[in-house]
Amino acid sequence: MTDSKYFTTTKKGEIFELKAELNSDKKEKKKEAVKKVIASMTVGKDVSALFPDVVNCMQTDNLELKKLVYLYLMNYAKSQPDMAIMAVNTFVKDCEDPNPLIRALAVRTMGCIRVDKITEYLCEPLRKCLKDEDPYVRKTAAVCVAKLHDINAQLVEDQGFLDTLKDLISDSNPMVVANAVAALSEIAESHPNSNLLDLNPQSINKLLTALNECTEWGQIFILDCLANYTPRDDRESQSICERVTPRLSHANSAVVLSAVKVLMKFMEMLPKDLDYYGTLLKKLAPPLVTLLSAEPELQYVALRNINLIVQKRPEILKHEMKVFFVKYNDPIYVKLEKLDIMIRLASQANIAQVLAELKEYATEVDVDFVRKAVRAIGRCAIKVEQSAERCVSTLLDLIQTKVNYVVQEAIVVIKDIFRKYPNKYESVIATLCENLDSLDEPEARAAMIWIVGEYAERIDNADELLESFLEGFHDESTQVQLQLLTAIVKLFLKKPTETQELVQQVLSLATQDSDNPDLRDRGYIYWRLLSTDPVAAKEVVLAEKPLISEETDLIEPTLLEELICHIGTLASVYHKPPSAFVEGSRGVMHKRLPARTGSGEGTECPDVGNAAGGSAPEAAPSIIPSQGDLLGDLLNLDLAPPTTTGPTPSTSGMQMGGMDLLGGGLESLLFNMVSHPKMGAGFGAAPAVMPASLNAPVGGGLGDLFDLGGGVGMPMGAYIPPKTVWLPAMKAKGLEISGTFARRAGVIQMELVLTNKAMSVMTDFAIQFNRNSFGLAPAGPLQVLTPLGPNQTIEVSLPLSTVGPVMKMDPLNNLQVAVKNNIDVFYFSCQYPISMLFVEDGKMERQVFLATWKDIPNDNESQFQIQDCHLNSEAASNKLQGSNIFTIAKRTVEGQDMLYMSIKLSNGIWVLAELKVQAGNPNYTISLKCRAPEVSQCVFQCYEAVLKN
Amino acid sequence: MIHSLFLVNSSGDIFLEKHWKSVVSRSVCDYFFEAQERASEPENVPPVIPTPHHYLISVLRHRIYFVAVIQSEVPPLFVIEFLHRVVDTFQDYFGVCTEAAIKDNVVVVYELLEEMLDNGFPLATESNILKELIKPPTILRTVVNTITGSTNVGEQLPTGQLSVVPWRRTGVKYTNNEAYFDVVEEIDAIIDKSGSTITAEIQGVIDACVKLTGMPDLTLSFMNPRLLDDVSFHPCVRFKRWEAERILSFIPPDGNFRLLSYHVSCQNLVAIPVYVKHNITFREGSSQGRFELTLGPKQTMGKGLEAVLISSQLPRGVLNTNLNPSQGTYNFDPVTKLLSWDVGKINPQKLPSLKGSMSLQAGASKPDENPTINIQFKIQQSALSGLKVNRLDMYGEKYKPFKGIKYMTKAGKFQTKGLLRGRAWDLKN
Repeated sequence: MTDSKYFTTTKKGEIFELKAELNSDKKEKKKEAVKKVIASMTVGKDVSALFPDVVNCMQTDNLELKKLVYLYLMNYAKSQPDMAIMAVNTFVKDCEDPNPLIRALAVRTMGCIRVDKITEYLCEPLRKCLKDEDPYVRKTAAVCVAKLHDINAQLVEDQGFLDTLKDLISDSNPMVVANAVAALSEIAESHPNSNLLDLNPQSINKLLTALNECTEWGQIFILDCLANYTPRDDRESQSICERVTPRLSHANSAVVLSAVKVLMKFMEMLPKDLDYYGTLLKKLAPPLVTLLSAEPELQYVALRNINLIVQKRPEILKHEMKVFFVKYNDPIYVKLEKLDIMIRLASQANIAQVLAELKEYATEVDVDFVRKAVRAIGRCAIKVEQSAERCVSTLLDLIQTKVNYVVQEAIVVIKDIFRKYPNKYESVIATLCENLDSLDEPEARAAMIWIVGEYAERIDNADELLESFLEGFHDESTQVQLQLLTAIVKLFLKKPTETQELVQQVLSLATQDSDNPDLRDRGYIYWRLLSTDPVAAKEVVLAEKPLISEETDLIEPTLLEELICHIGTLASVYHKPPSAFVEGSRGVMHKRLPARTGSGEGTECPDVGNAAGGSAPEAAPSIIPSQGDLLGDLLNLDLAPPTTTGPTPSTSGMQMGGMDLLGGGLESLLFNMVSHPKMGAGFGAAPAVMPASLNAPVGGGLGDLFDLGGGVGMPMGAYIPPKTVWLPAMKAKGLEISGTFARRAGVIQMELVLTNKAMSVMTDFAIQFNRNSFGLAPAGPLQVLTPLGPNQTIEVSLPLSTVGPVMKMDPLNNLQVAVKNNIDVFYFSCQYPISMLFVEDGKMERQVFLATWKDIPNDNESQFQIQDCHLNSEAASNKLQGSNIFTIAKRTVEGQDMLYMSIKLSNGIWVLAELKVQAGNPNYTISLKCRAPEVSQCVFQCYEAVLKN
Repeated sequence: MIHSLFLVNSSGDIFLEKHWKSVVSRSVCDYFFEAQERASEPENVPPVIPTPHHYLISVLRHRIYFVAVIQSEVPPLFVIEFLHRVVDTFQDYFGVCTEAAIKDNVVVVYELLEEMLDNGFPLATESNILKELIKPPTILRTVVNTITGSTNVGEQLPTGQLSVVPWRRTGVKYTNNEAYFDVVEEIDAIIDKSGSTITAEIQGVIDACVKLTGMPDLTLSFMNPRLLDDVSFHPCVRFKRWEAERILSFIPPDGNFRLLSYHVSCQNLVAIPVYVKHNITFREGSSQGRFELTLGPKQTMGKGLEAVLISSQLPRGVLNTNLNPSQGTYNFDPVTKLLSWDVGKINPQKLPSLKGSMSLQAGASKPDENPTINIQFKIQQSALSGLKVNRLDMYGEKYKPFKGIKYMTKAGKFQTKGLLRGRAWDLKN
């Protein structure tokens, strides 16, 4: 006697029978009939033919019957849109029913009828319900707005429902607040710039109050919304944290993780010496540990997030290593994640335990897991120096097991250990060589060959070993072939007398018998090197290698910051920024951690809004422009992948994503980047100054003179930033490049000073730019006609055009440059002041200005402060005019001069500005409006640079 | 928000689908099936699977995959927690959560899913409210429904949703007023081969069954509340009061619910209640090995160990075993190589042991794998952490309820490592 009987039987003529019953005069009979219809529907029978008859039964006082008819409607309205209109009247009537539950039921059902035609009839009832006196109705209506938006977004906007929804955030009932937040968050996803969730201290307070009283699901919505807020100062941030911490004890793990996100983000603003900071750190550990005792699926998500948290703040979980030990019946996806975190937490204090565990894991059954465990032992050795010796001996033990994949994996990691600790563990090479024959994976073979080549002088039969590999040269993978080539050349350089034949053999195999261009080129390079200058060859091939460090597998800091802001979301599970994978990612806002304000402590992440003024918390709020709106459309750009749009000035601001012009040599670059990630972090957005960490004294005396000349020539001329070193000599084999940008008579020029600090002459200079935000490209070749002798300096002026290929960079004014000479190709990146792009015809008509100002939405307005500027408005205006920033009008209100200005960029984007200057007050306020708000930050920097110089 | 839900059985058939927004084609599950095929064990299917236009978030419960489809950025934990709630509700309604039970009650299932989410937003997930809306099926009601063609949709609307305590239904009446609390602790531990503890932690819960008339306001206090520094509460618990006084004060939901769960970590010295002594040796060049295993109680505060069950996955090379248990029954499955020994109760005077020989496959080399021993047990009338309820009081109502508190400890993931001795590289250490 169960529902399953419905799956098998169908009675003929049933529909006719039901139809008759539905149209019966007797109320009881009608009701029974509707029930039968619904029962048939829920088991998948098609009863759509009864639509008009069922809808006729809708106007009833019987609650049960009404619910059933609604159920029917939701199911069939889509397939019978014309008839669905018949139901509208009942909805309108039910929305005015005295019983709040009926009103709510009606509004809930209404939104589920996804028929375009009838949606507009539903606006009035919905509007009423949004302002209903009963919170249950308002709460349901809030969700209905989101439903309606999904069906017809334009309608929702036109009807002003979004504003009503925003008002509901301040509702007195916590459930209503929670649902309004949820609905707004969902709508906001498709409306990136609508500023729907505009948070201010008052609304935050409302949210925090509602947080304590609403359902667990509501708490998740509210916490996720709170995480988007940037507190004004550390005080506010602390008070929010205090009110959020109780959520850490919630039974729902999603609530816990969302609370962790808020705390991780706002903690960033607290001074580290504050007692509360320490308390908070302590409070974060237990809930995270608890998540690991939940069901495996929850554990997995938690572990992915913990992985981010331990990278950002290892101190939170440093004593909790044991909870990450793998249990035998954990699913594999949990095991692998736990391993990762174990390595991140490994330290001198716990390494013995960790190693003992890893050793156990290496004997388990699952191949993937065993491999990762072996690899983990190697990573421990590299991370914790004191443990290296034990790790190596553990790895040797594992090699003795002769389990094929264990051996191969062990050899790969031992290679890395050699690179980290040269001349320390080479005694194990003999053991490794015993396993030569069992290696069948390319990575392991390549690692072994590398070891043999690197230590050829200590391995008596190195030539035999390598020769044995050479036999099947053409069957090897490229990785192995390349490695074999290099290893044999190394061997030759170390033992030239015995191995001449071998090296010739490999060179001919690589150059003549191979189709692989990489292999062929490398072969030729070695060949030529060896034949022209063996001493140089030795220097090149056997050069000392930089040590590797454990940081290579850490997430890049800017990405990590963004991911911390996305704890608990899919982004945090995939460790990718949302823009990289969520559908419709154009709308995703990039998030950053807020900067620490208040105390004089060094800010970890410079926030330009505040950096200009030091520590003024009331300074203009930092504007986080969103990537990929108007500017993106105009320029038709690819979004640069894992970057934050916030200002991230750094010398290493290279974006690997867009490096198509730069070929090989990247590895070394990348390496430099990774090993000095902190380099860029120390300085804020110094106004329009080029990579500032290298503030070396500028070029030669000539450069100074030249600058001076320019300055004298036109006293009110365009601002030219001082030259800075872009490419230090140590990174470019003796070539030092410093320079700046200037705009002279409408032509953008890159002014370079090339200095040869090497011992040999440099010739054949050439320059190329990577694609950049404004399409800058060299308009001619780099004019270095005479060879540059040692210790010689030359000044070059390179005219630039703005018609090159375009790709959005981060920061916007970043430029990646490749310079070539007879020695090598070098890469560097620099930032140009955006004022170079201000064109001469940037003066807007007053009327046009007014209209445009009104036309640009207020969301695009950004406000900045310029501090310590002692010019009057007249002087400022003149000075700015020199840089093609044109004052259109001036107004004086209560002793305040308001200057209205316009700027036109080389790609046709207009920027409108309002500058407030108060006599006697050295602080200016500037508001910028532009259809592409991304440029505002750069423009502001120019203002500051121009006005202060 | 949550778009759709598919229920998939262990043979890979979709046997139920529910859409809260527009309909998502069931072909989206193909990505799930691919992942399922790749996974070696059913539990190893990754919980989050990306597809070109959707994300699939799944949980595996009672051998059924609950696969939720989402289209935009939604916190995965939110989805997983919701799926758990769905499973709990099914179990609550049908007693078991199996494919058969779900198919038998398909109408109720749809009604429940409809009430639990509205447009992908959670609507009513509290069992109290759901039961008011949709009556749980009983045999009598099913019979009546079939005859009259009526449904399970409640005649009322959920009045509880309007109240300030949404988790409790209104107008509760009982002739016998009673409140029972079960303190249940599970101990997870990893013991290394020498018998010392690598990690040990306790997951505790207090489950309640409260049947009290009206709007009772309960307080529960502990002898040693300091043990509870890592707790998760049911939403009914007043957190402020707990923070200030370490007293649980709450208006309970009606019926069964989990009042709190807690976690006692390894730092707080967890006593291990059982020990295992074991020895396995293989002689070089012989196809025979010796197997010895002895069990004994350890720090159980005078309470006996019951329902002890030992299981271990022996190395693949083991062909068969010939073992003698001193008590209970043992079983070795030569196909899966799973050794299990149902020990029963441990008598401290006469420790149970399992001894004998194992035969290896002819010509097989000495096994490499390192099997782990899993131990299950129960200890009645004792919470291993030492947690004790001090008193339970009721305010707000006049009658005298019947109160009861029970304690129990059981083994969670309790395992001893490194059964196998005499490995080449072990000897070197």
